[in-house]
Amino acid sequence: MKLRPGALILNAVLIGGAFLTVAPLLWMLSASLMPTGQANTSPPPLLPSRVTFEHYVELFTHLNLAQSFANSLLVSVVGTLATLVTSSMAGYAFAKLRFPGREALFRLLLTAMLVPAQVGMLPLFLMLKKLGLVNTYGGVLIPWLASVFGIFLVRQVAQAIPEDLLNSARLDGAGEWRIYRSIVLPNLGPVLATLAVFVFMSSWNDFLWPLVILSDDRRYTLPVALASLVGEHVQDTELMMAGAVVTVLPVLALFVVLQRWYIRGVMAGSVKG
Amino acid sequence: MSAGVGVAPAAAVDAGGAKRAPLAGPQARAGLALALPSVALILVFFFGPVLYGAWLSLTDFDIYALADPSSVRFIGLGNYAHAFAETDFWNALRITLVYAFVGAPISVAVSLAAALLVDAKTTRWKPFFRAVYFAPVVTTLVAVAIVWRYLYQPQYGLVNAFLAKFGIPRVDWLGDPHWALPAILVLAVWKNFGYNLLIFVAGLQNVPRELHEAAELDGARAWQKFWNVTLPELAPVFLFVSVTTVINYFQLFAEPYVMTQGGPLKSTNSLVLLMYEQGFRWWRLGYAAALAFILFAVILVATAAQMWLQQRRERAA
Repeated sequence: MKLRPGALILNAVLIGGAFLTVAPLLWMLSASLMPTGQANTSPPPLLPSRVTFEHYVELFTHLNLAQSFANSLLVSVVGTLATLVTSSMAGYAFAKLRFPGREALFRLLLTAMLVPAQVGMLPLFLMLKKLGLVNTYGGVLIPWLASVFGIFLVRQVAQAIPEDLLNSARLDGAGEWRIYRSIVLPNLGPVLATLAVFVFMSSWNDFLWPLVILSDDRRYTLPVALASLVGEHVQDTELMMAGAVVTVLPVLALFVVLQRWYIRGVMAGSVKG
Repeated sequence: MSAGVGVAPAAAVDAGGAKRAPLAGPQARAGLALALPSVALILVFFFGPVLYGAWLSLTDFDIYALADPSSVRFIGLGNYAHAFAETDFWNALRITLVYAFVGAPISVAVSLAAALLVDAKTTRWKPFFRAVYFAPVVTTLVAVAIVWRYLYQPQYGLVNAFLAKFGIPRVDWLGDPHWALPAILVLAVWKNFGYNLLIFVAGLQNVPRELHEAAELDGARAWQKFWNVTLPELAPVFLFVSVTTVINYFQLFAEPYVMTQGGPLKSTNSLVLLMYEQGFRWWRLGYAAALAFILFAVILVATAAQMWLQQRRERAA
């Protein structure tokens, strides 16, 4: 398997590109393990002179990042579960069950994809303020409870469930709820896995909404905590890099493990237009 | 397929040939019940706020109204007039247009170039490259924006150290009004190009091989094949990618928020950042709502324009 010169150059360019792509992430990891102050020397060192975990320890002891980590986890897990439940139900209903107003409602939901999320954000804040949900987990969760994208995704897959399968269950006397639970849901397994990875990552990485709705640093999610931390600790490069690692590592690890599902979601998203 | 003849009056036959349930009865009830949670949540927490925001943008809702809602007055298009009279607004709009119409095309071009390389016949380890190039997409924007803030640091940052190897003098990337915006765009492209790359790779794999072979028989060069075969076949994918990417760049927020706070000299201030500052720092919620609707209108116009251009090109072809 010898490579010709053209192919050699091609693969070399790709390797160079791959290196440039991961370099910022590798440096983040490396700098997070450097002793305090080492990153702020010239010329900038690539590797720690001595590996230390002191910045991680400081983050989780003095700076209370464990709380933010738990907040992020809570919001992402609950948001993901909620979206799975609501989207699987609605996606199936819009695909397979005839009810009055179905087409009109579905078209209305699709128009939501045209409206930038920021348009509803300020008024939603005022609404939640009236409901006493500002600065609560419930407030952060609100946008993650249902998803037009999720409904759309599930609907596409649910449409392929054979009508005969549902009808024979009906003839056997199964109720609609039972059909949803024991016939439809198992058929939706793969698409729900895709949706789960997608929603989890988006809610984990979300910034603007939690920034708007949270004011108490004990409720901050990781991105908000990080953005506020950099205000006070801008000189502490190594500490900030440790914070970035803590924030990025869970989603990166999830991506590596669940790549297949995530990539499917990207592809499914690309046909929604 | 036409509606069935001789089928019981209550049921019709749809394209699949299956009996349709009537619009009342257990199926209809179940359908409504299953759709209800999502529909209700989206109506109450998305469409509701959007309509409320439309009204808000016509009022002088400010920090006093936050304490005493009865002090809110209807001021018609006053907030919009105010925006059009403000230099800050025009500045943010101009910068947002640069993000959208310089940043997004660069981003799409990088994605396409990388996709062509990854999809090339002689490329080895394709899944590996796809995964590596995609990795920044899944990272947390705030975290990597902070990382890049340090990479751009003039004295100790790796970017300057790397460029110094090629004899390029030190630049204060985020501190210089000429360089801060390009620096933010580099971060944004790095963060996002893997997403469109995946979509382009999928599109490239759908280009029929026979078309390439036919072009090769005609003696087409590589770039001719790209221009005359690949690009036209990719047109629908290209439209989707450019529309969604432009929309995303219109909404740029966390990058300038974390890296420059919109500075230096407001040279990186996006519309969403301006909206956030007006709304949540100065509590001018009426004005901020108007800014959100202006952004919405600009995005709609830009999207419609891209679709119209694409249609015209198709008709010309």
